[in-house]
Amino acid sequence: MTFRRYLVLAVVALTAPLGDTMLSLGMKRVGPVSLSHLSTLLHAVGTPDILIGIALLIGFFASYLASLSWADLTYVLPATSIGNVIVALLARFWLNEWISPWRWIGILLITAGVGFVTQGPSYTQVENGPPVAGTEAGRP
Amino acid sequence: MSFHIPAHAFSDAAMIAAVVVFATAGDILIAAAMRRMGDLDEIRARRGLAGTITAVLGSGRFLSGVFFMAMSFFSLLFALSHADLSLVAPASASLTFVTNAIAAKVFLRENVDRKRWIAALFVCVGVALMAV
Repeated sequence: MTFRRYLVLAVVALTAPLGDTMLSLGMKRVGPVSLSHLSTLLHAVGTPDILIGIALLIGFFASYLASLSWADLTYVLPATSIGNVIVALLARFWLNEWISPWRWIGILLITAGVGFVTQGPSYTQVENGPPVAGTEAGRP
Repeated sequence: MSFHIPAHAFSDAAMIAAVVVFATAGDILIAAAMRRMGDLDEIRARRGLAGTITAVLGSGRFLSGVFFMAMSFFSLLFALSHADLSLVAPASASLTFVTNAIAAKVFLRENVDRKRWIAALFVCVGVALMAV
């Protein structure tokens, strides 16, 4: 794992919860969308909050795909769950939101889980390519 | 002493299960596609950004993974119209960490050692608690 790859994982971790938060903020500002007024959704896509949210989620998906091309799914998913913790801490210390004791325990558990998974190797080398002709196991 | 199980508990569980199964299938197929494709940074160095996007979009596994992700998203929307957000969203998000670990071990042959199991369980419980 190089510094650049940790940086990609950090982008995965942060863009997903921040993108979701921007979409949530934007849709709260737009208000409820009824089935008979679906054009409101098109208007919503043009608002700054939603545009920033979509850009963040595109960044998330690109970096998520990149990370899966050199790391295991069972490494990427727990490692990037730290993003939830960072967003909760931002909400606590930047927006002064209250965090319940249960949420603090959740934050501790996620942080411990991230610590466990990042101690180990990031990629399983699997020999799953097509067998080279004449070398298959069990062949006489 | 008897436990009373509300009538909607089974339908809630079925809807959450659908979200989890589709999300897991999507994640596993996309991870399998990326694993087979190899390091995207190297592909981009050789073929440029447009070539990388073409390679990713040309992968059948990737496209089927995206299909299952979309199914998971729509079943989440369906579930949200019948059950509480505070139940469905954290339950499906946290269960997916465990089902992904099991599926990655079985289908992707990932080396899910004790540290990874503990990490998946801790994050699963942690994500559920964050919604409390």
